[in-house]
Parts: sequence; C-alpha cells; structure tokens
Amino acid sequence: MLLDLSKIFGKPKNSKEVAKERLKLVLIHDRANVSPQFLEMLKSEIIKVITNYMDVDESALDIQLTKTKSDDGESIVPALYANIPIKNIKSSGK
Amino acid sequence: MSEVLVITSGKGGVGKTTTTANLGTGLALAGCKVVLVDTDIGLRNLDVVMGLENRIVYDLVDVVEGSCRVKQALIKDKRYEGLYLLPAAQTRDKSAVNPQQMMKLCQELKEEFDYILIDCPAGIEQGFKNAIAGADRAIVVTTPEVSAVRDADRIIGLLEANELRNPKLLINRLRMDMVKRGDMMSIDDIIDILAIGLIGVVPDDEKIVVSTNRGEPAITDDKALAGQAYRNIVRRIRGEEVPFLNFNEDQGFVDKLKKIFGLKAN
Repeated sequence: MLLDLSKIFGKPKNSKEVAKERLKLVLIHDRANVSPQFLEMLKSEIIKVITNYMDVDESALDIQLTKTKSDDGESIVPALYANIPIKNIKSSGK
Repeated sequence: MSEVLVITSGKGGVGKTTTTANLGTGLALAGCKVVLVDTDIGLRNLDVVMGLENRIVYDLVDVVEGSCRVKQALIKDKRYEGLYLLPAAQTRDKSAVNPQQMMKLCQELKEEFDYILIDCPAGIEQGFKNAIAGADRAIVVTTPEVSAVRDADRIIGLLEANELRNPKLLINRLRMDMVKRGDMMSIDDIIDILAIGLIGVVPDDEKIVVSTNRGEPAITDDKALAGQAYRNIVRRIRGEEVPFLNFNEDQGFVDKLKKIFGLKAN
C-alpha cells in the first residue's frame, strides 16, 4: 500500500512543485485569450447538445482553452479541453 | 544557405544579449560568417558585452534611414574571423525602425552572411515586432523561474501567431544543486509546461559575469561550463545531433554535470 508520507507528516512541498502548480494555473488564463463570456457561451451550447443524449453533471463541467503539440510534434496548436462527467446515458439517444 | 535567427525571451534580464554574443562568437569560431544585430534601440548592450563599444560610428537606425551603407555601420570583430556587429542606436527609440525595414535589412545581410543573429529587446511591443520581422528561426531564452517561464510561454504564442514556427528553447542559468534538492524547476518540468523543443541548457556560471566584465564571450573559455554548453548549442544550430543530458543515472555530481554539459563523452 502506498502512503503519501508527506501528507501524514505535514512536510511542506518542494518549492519547485509550488512553482509548477502556480505556473500551470496562470498559464491557463494567459493562454485562453478569449473572453470569459465566449467560454460561457461555448459551454452552454455544448451542454445543450450533449443533454439531448445524456445527463451530465453541469456543476463539475470543466472547459478550457489550452495548447498542445500537433500530431507531427512540429508545432504547438490550440486545443479545446473539455471534461464532462456523465451521470446517465439516455436510452432514447441510442 | 544563410539564416536569420532571433534570440528572444519576453522577460528582461534572462540572458538574451549574453546568449547572442556567445552563440555568434561560437558560430564565427566554427568558420561561419556571422553578423550580430542589436535591435534594442535606446538600451543597447550587445556592444559592451562584445567589448566593441568604442568602435561604433554608425548604427542600425542610420542604416535603415539611409544615412550610411550597411557596410559602413558593421563593426568587424578583430579577434574572431568572420564576426561582425551592427549596433543599435542609443539616442533613439524603438519606433525609429519598422518591421518592413528590418525585413529588407535581413534580406540584404543574408547575401553577405551565413548567420544573422538578432538580439531582441525585452517586451512584446514594437521592438519585439521589429526583431522577429525578418527572422527564419527563433530561440526563446528562459531561466528556471516562474516569471521567465510565463513570459516565454507568451512569446512562444506570439511567435507562432507571426508564422515563426517551431521555436527552440534555451534554458539559462540552471543550478543543478537547486534542482536536485527540489528548489528549482528541472529541464523536464520547463519543457512539460512550454511544450517546445530544447536547443540547450546553460548552467549558472560565475564566469559569465567575469567574461562580460572583460567584454570577451565565455564561449572562448575552455574551462567554463557555460562555454561548453554554448559550444554544444552552436553545434546544434548548425544541424549536428549533440546528445542531451541524462539525469537518471546515479553517479557523482561533478561527473553528472560534466556529462550534462558535454565535457565528458560518457
């Protein structure tokens, strides 16, 4: 069994882990150079379509604009990341 | 075939000018004909880092405004065969030059030189736009700090938006001792975050300060660790495959460091 020793003993994280976490968060905002309204609109449209087929947990929905390596690994391309937890798939959608 | 390389970073003080001076000198030592162009108008420094500050007659603004010919403004570095500097103007500002003029200048320099290295100013405004205008390739310099990596990410996005594809990352001032104890982001951490290819890693080295004091690039110092790192990067720029670091093996710290920066074959 693996135990997270650092949690048990309350040892503080390495400062580099803190740096990485903070960087990742700040970059999500930096990279998404679209307005929050744009993302909200996109989010509600996506929900509208998906709920025709399945029940999703709207409160846990996570949509972000980020970037990723292209298939050939040559360049960086923007990517739409969406994490949509499904509660139940509607039988009428089958 | 000649190539225009822009050395940029977003954040100031991460080592763009030092990198430009060292890589340019290294390329010249490798037998290439090289010109270093300082585009940091108003805050020029490549001249002092190269130790050529006393030889400036004309500058970049004089050239683009047609006050002199390109050849008149080029300073020949007498120490290294084939190395030239085109200094920035000190008494003007970034708006004295525009991207079209830079593109034209780069085209003209390409006829004469193998490598044109553009030292980009900090920031993302006019100076940055001028610096990248005529470039074929970009090297993004960062240090293992939150602020520098964040700015590098922004710069990478802007380079892509300006059709400068596939920029390469240079991690500067890495301190292996701090990485080892978990107090500095590692090379892998930074590459993970920025998702671009690496061209080299330069260790934090006191000799850089000493060489800048003297106006002699550290790449010429055989004993300097940073000099070795720069020599490896020069080889990579020229298309050679030079192996990268291996952190996983358990070996003596000094050996590991030597291996990482190419002082030791294996």
